[in-house]
Amino acid sequence: MSTIQPTAPAPKKLDYTSDQQVRWCPGCGDYSILKQVESVLAQHGRPKEEIVFISGIGCSSRFPYYLDTYGMHSIHGRAPAIASGMRSVQPDLSVWVITGDGDSLSIGGNHLIHLLRRNVDLNVLLFNNEIYGLTKGQYSPTSPEGVISKSSPMGSTDHPFNPLALCKGADATFIARSMDRDPKHLREMLLRADAHRGTSILEIYQNCNVFNDGAFEVFTEKASKAAHTLFVEHGKPMLFGNGTKGIKLDGMTPVVVDLAAGEASVEDLWVHDERDLFKASILVRLFDDPRKTDALPRPFGVFYVNERQTHETKMNAQMALAKQKKGDGDLDALLRGENVWTIG
Amino acid sequence: MERVCNADPTLTNIIYGPFPLRVPSRPNMETIPTPRPKTVEAREKVVILFAGDSGDGIQLTGAQFTESNALFGNDVSTFPNYPAEIRAPQGTLAGVSGYQLHFGSVDVFTPGDTCDVLVVMNAAALKANIGKLKHGGIIIANSDGFDAKNLRLSGYPDMENPLTDGSLDNYVLQTVDVTKLTRNALEDTTLGMKEKDRSKNMFVLGFINWMYSRKLDRTREFLKAKFKSKPELLEANMKVLQAGYNYGDTSETFTTRYEVKPAPMPKGTYRNITGNQGIAIGLIAGAQKAGLELFYGSYPITPASDILHELSRNKHFGVKTFQAEDEIAAICSSIGASYGGALGTTASSGPGIALKGEALGLAFMLELPLVVVNVQRGGPSTGLPTKTEQADLWQALFGRNGEAPIPVLAASSPTDCFEMAFEAVKLAVEHMTPVILLSDGYIANGAEPWRFPEAKDLRPIVPPYAKPREAVEGSPDEVEKFLPYARDERGVRPWAVPGMKGLQHRIGGIEKEDKTGNISYDPQNHELMVKLRAEKVQCIADTYRPIRLDSGPESGDLLIVGWGSTYGAIRTAVVELQKEGYSVAHVHLRHMFPFNKGLGGMLKRYGKVLVPEMNSGQLRQLLRAEYLVDAQGLNKVQGMPFASEEIRAGVLKLLKP
Repeated sequence: MSTIQPTAPAPKKLDYTSDQQVRWCPGCGDYSILKQVESVLAQHGRPKEEIVFISGIGCSSRFPYYLDTYGMHSIHGRAPAIASGMRSVQPDLSVWVITGDGDSLSIGGNHLIHLLRRNVDLNVLLFNNEIYGLTKGQYSPTSPEGVISKSSPMGSTDHPFNPLALCKGADATFIARSMDRDPKHLREMLLRADAHRGTSILEIYQNCNVFNDGAFEVFTEKASKAAHTLFVEHGKPMLFGNGTKGIKLDGMTPVVVDLAAGEASVEDLWVHDERDLFKASILVRLFDDPRKTDALPRPFGVFYVNERQTHETKMNAQMALAKQKKGDGDLDALLRGENVWTIG
Repeated sequence: MERVCNADPTLTNIIYGPFPLRVPSRPNMETIPTPRPKTVEAREKVVILFAGDSGDGIQLTGAQFTESNALFGNDVSTFPNYPAEIRAPQGTLAGVSGYQLHFGSVDVFTPGDTCDVLVVMNAAALKANIGKLKHGGIIIANSDGFDAKNLRLSGYPDMENPLTDGSLDNYVLQTVDVTKLTRNALEDTTLGMKEKDRSKNMFVLGFINWMYSRKLDRTREFLKAKFKSKPELLEANMKVLQAGYNYGDTSETFTTRYEVKPAPMPKGTYRNITGNQGIAIGLIAGAQKAGLELFYGSYPITPASDILHELSRNKHFGVKTFQAEDEIAAICSSIGASYGGALGTTASSGPGIALKGEALGLAFMLELPLVVVNVQRGGPSTGLPTKTEQADLWQALFGRNGEAPIPVLAASSPTDCFEMAFEAVKLAVEHMTPVILLSDGYIANGAEPWRFPEAKDLRPIVPPYAKPREAVEGSPDEVEKFLPYARDERGVRPWAVPGMKGLQHRIGGIEKEDKTGNISYDPQNHELMVKLRAEKVQCIADTYRPIRLDSGPESGDLLIVGWGSTYGAIRTAVVELQKEGYSVAHVHLRHMFPFNKGLGGMLKRYGKVLVPEMNSGQLRQLLRAEYLVDAQGLNKVQGMPFASEEIRAGVLKLLKP
């Protein structure tokens, strides 16, 4: 995100809340995300008129109505394209795209990948609940194969997207994952995403307690969380299971090692380097079905960061160069063109 | 297009002579024959059609000769006509590219129904176009393009060469071995044979310039700029150009040159302009007048891509072009730019406009400025990408879900593309609405002289900005809320741009409450909003100038109602009919929605109403539905523009059944 200029005194959190009643289902994971976003905005203290939220369609896309910033609740899947145009003419605002798994990976899949390759400076918060909630429960492009839903009574026949691998393939410059049930981690990821210059994609596992309750339970519930999640941090070895297990790279293949059983020591573990282009491609592939025995743990945290120049920086550099070469546009010269003749 | 048509329509031939001889340098002629004296005949207007393989450089040849004539002071009108395939199979009918130019010492409004001169580079070009040549017209044929292979590919029966079998006896046939002469001109150069042959079109261009007594200066300038970094190719093209010119001077077969004097056009300074250039310049001018940055989101599509090319060359005007991933992103990025306080614009052709439909509805609901240009082509579906049609009128008016009326404008000529693009910007910005501008492939690529305006004479454009407010201390209840959908007397809402203090608000495609813009599912509110949005758009008709006839009596036997690119053909036919004493008037619509308020009354002052259109009757149905008038149609859906003769025939059929 663009440079944050904290102003004193910092506004209170409530300042960013709009007068609209929040209308998500009670118990929806979206509440937690809204709360953390408000908290992050408050921490930055950026004036609310300098913040823009643009969303598509879906439960998550109601998000902009609940913040007293500028906002647009647009059409299904198109928020990345709308935000790209907005950002090209407004290089100084803080721009956020709010989207869901259906919105960004199905109907808007094309816009998402092109946004990422261009590296437009904005933050994408992808609320992934692995279901179509607003249309009442059809399987989504991230639903696991075989899932029983209203539109797949015999189980879905579609292989799901691995969202972050898709983003990696599109050359995203900031890739991270968090979850609604871990406010501290979510907040930290939001701050990191906001600080990044370029497109930040933050996938947030979000529970839909009405149509897909418990989809991420194994990662979020206390009993199973430690065994199935891997919180990665830059420069730190990949430990999980309360420090009893780790991930080792066997050539290009990540393997689980049991430290407690002496299979390896901490020094043998894969040390996370969020700048490593190649290893990031391996990390996004840690996507095993947690029900599988010997499943690799699911990573959370910042997977990859790259400071590639942003799209609007390049665009504006060309504008400046054109003005330097040709001078400020002279409308009369344009109307006149290159060859004229006079009559009379 | 307001010109005085005062010239004598009968063709006058004045023989000047003997023409003072000018002997240009002939560096590449082996022997220098003594030039024979040539006669010069005056022509009032000439239609010339260049045709060849799509790789023959026909478009460039035509455009350059147009430029030379326009600079000389002729009125010009052009019609480039090329296949959808970039390099269709060589030598076949499918691969024929044509460029028709009408230039005159009198007003010309169309590229001409039939041509006086047909220049063909091969047999296929002859076969495809011989039907357009006037009886007794001149054929200039590249004999090398009539070998056995070319004859076979173009479907001439075995061994029947039209250049030698007498089938062209009704025409004046001149054969020239352009290939050989081009190679001869370049025999001293190190270029390969393929590269040499590529300058064949320069030979033709040089020759035609000689034939119509034009100087080569303008073309030389053009070549210098084009081959700035390729001196070898520059030299070759210059040589061949000159060789073509000299050929006319020295050849025994060509004894006559022609002269077309400057046209009596209104005083002023002119340039040449195509419709797509007109749109690009109109958008820039509009944005400048409104004090807005211009953003153009676009996905390449024939025949609209030239607008993108033109705009991307003008970054120093603060123009931001965004080549989007698809048509949907093209319009959505433009909506985003408008939301961000710039002027969002996009253009496409029918299939692309179809994809933009949902986003057009969003722009309508958001009530943000947006200009959407449809350079129409033959449809439906992929249709005829490089051909012209006016069949997207209904799409423009009705191609959205729900009730989403959007103002629709239509340009009638290349110069009018500028006017209407500027007006589209003015309406979009001042009335906070998307505006659709219809052009078509015919005027997009066609060119005509333009007496361009000065920037200071263009109308001002005033965005209806909301006034930023300082934050007021106190509880939210005490602070007067900003109402993004409160309307002024024209029904227009204020434009609050992100970054403006104290005006934060949320907008969206979902139905909104009157004034606040908050989500509302209230039944009464929905009906009110539908009505308010429609009224706002209807109010736009109050800004139009009173409707005016293009020509003809205020009442009479017949009113022809045209729209879009049929202007030139209708105008030409109607002016002739009026001279012959027919009671025929012509009105040309530029506001397709909402209609000009004076139209209904005008329709009722004539016995009959005829609506020529390049579709099956889309405007006709609108007129019948809106005004209960028994409008008759004159319809052509062939991917080709009307000939003025066809309009004339249609009128006569209606008047003398």
